[in-house]
Amino acid sequence: MGLLRALGRSVINLFAVTGRIGVFTGNGVFHCFSPPFFPRLVGQQMVEIGFYSLPVVGLTAIFTGMVLALQSFSGFGFAGEATIANVVVWGITRELGPVLAGLMVAGRIGAAMAAEIGTMRVTEQIDALTTLSTNPYKYLVAPRLIAAVAMMPLLVLVADIIGVMGGFIVSIYDFGFNPMTYLRSTWDNLEFIGFFSGIVKAAVFGFIIALMGTYHGYNSKGGSQGVGQATTNAVVSASILLLLFNFIITAIFFAA
Amino acid sequence: MTTTPPPAKIETRDLHKAFGGKQVLRGVNLTIQPGESLAVIGASGTGKSVLIKNIIGLMHPDSGSVLIDGQDVTALTGRDREQVTRKFGMLFQGAALFDSLPVWENVAFGLIQVQRMARQDAREKAIEAMIQVGLEPDIAERSPAELSGGMQKRVGLARAIATKPEIMFFDEPTTGLDPIMGSVIDNLIIKSVRELGATALSITHDMASARRIADNIAMIYDGIIVWHGPVDAIDDSGSDVVDQFINGRSHGPIDMLVAS
Ligand SMILES: Nc1ncnc2c1ncn2[C@@H]1O[C@H](COP(=O)(O)OP(=O)(O)OP(=O)(O)O)[C@@H](O)[C@H]1O
Ligand SMILES: [Mg+2]
Repeated sequence: MGLLRALGRSVINLFAVTGRIGVFTGNGVFHCFSPPFFPRLVGQQMVEIGFYSLPVVGLTAIFTGMVLALQSFSGFGFAGEATIANVVVWGITRELGPVLAGLMVAGRIGAAMAAEIGTMRVTEQIDALTTLSTNPYKYLVAPRLIAAVAMMPLLVLVADIIGVMGGFIVSIYDFGFNPMTYLRSTWDNLEFIGFFSGIVKAAVFGFIIALMGTYHGYNSKGGSQGVGQATTNAVVSASILLLLFNFIITAIFFAA
Repeated sequence: MTTTPPPAKIETRDLHKAFGGKQVLRGVNLTIQPGESLAVIGASGTGKSVLIKNIIGLMHPDSGSVLIDGQDVTALTGRDREQVTRKFGMLFQGAALFDSLPVWENVAFGLIQVQRMARQDAREKAIEAMIQVGLEPDIAERSPAELSGGMQKRVGLARAIATKPEIMFFDEPTTGLDPIMGSVIDNLIIKSVRELGATALSITHDMASARRIADNIAMIYDGIIVWHGPVDAIDDSGSDVVDQFINGRSHGPIDMLVAS
């Protein structure tokens, strides 16, 4: 009986949280499309998300590309340039580029958003916005959603290029492959649908990261401890949702 | 022939508000006339800040209603609510400055975002407002986090009055200021009410300041307004609670629950 009740309670809880996130999402998206807009804030967020994430995304991508080349070399033996170039470009554009960039940005940006907005909540800055007739969804949530959805695909494009370059470097300098042949195989193996699915994933991941960052920040309570909690929740929930949606999008694109 | 009198600027009817099991407001009835300056006094934690947040719409009462200019605004949301909010300016107890913006943009926020004033003009207006509250114009570019508590409070005040709102709420405007700056702020509040014809509600613990800025005083105790009357009458209120509070006595009906 007790078990059943506990189970019931957590199911109800889950529905309640899903409902709250649903309402928050609806509000956030609605205010992305209804004036007034805050282009200055969107620009600031774009620089924050796009430009300042470049180093961490670039480093992640280059090591991943290098490791992919090493692994496929040790796995397939000396199967030749074509196989290794194929594994690298396939793996990076379809999965590792978007997923790893997404997870890095979730840690960097999701946490920063939750901490900033959470602090604004507990120091009554969000209330102050309201008293100045400025809707916090428009001023805080919408610019972050727009900027993240716009910048994540660009970051993943960069990650794709740098990741492939990582594989290239290892193949040329470690395995002594012919650079021209390797590049030609890379180009031949690059398929539009794989690349495109990665970019779609990136946009969805950007939305998830900004949504979780703003949602947890917006609803944080209870001083600095609450802000810390919000930051953790933002990163964890964004990462899990990101992996879930990665699966769903892959299924939609390739499992038909 | 009867002419209906103009509606009160602010009226609350039987406001109730509880947090968890803790009943904070238990039926607050308060009427403020246009152009009136009211000071609300009461012990710490009695719900003064909660009361103004319910009036301004940052919190929603569990029951009861709030009327602004005779219009019931209790259930307003979205655009309709924003329309009413435009009449308000508020100084928060903790200043609540936007720490992502420099001082002048904090002060100019309402001018730029709501009145759509050009940034350069808004900046000039903001600096005027800063001078009015006794701030040096050269802190305009600084971040609020670099200012002292008293300076932050004055930036908050400048932000609240910069748009020249019809109704001003001041949550402890002089707490944390030295006595001289305190009376500068008092005069500014008096001036805003007299010159702009604004209606003001100030929360304060400082009886001297309350006597200076207010036409009327209301005292909140145990979730209701226990006394409401003109400033001159407060010394003969006939209420033990008011007497104890304004004379700062530790013994009386208000039990402060301190270990003795
Ligand atoms: N958001 C909230 N959640 C839970 N309880 C709250 C909240 N806001 C206020 N309270 C409670 O309501 C009561 C009244 O708080 P309020 O801030 O209105 O006091 P106050 O009269 O302004 O006191 P002070 O003079 O110290 O500022 C307090 O007991 C406080 O704990
Ligand atoms: Mg208070």
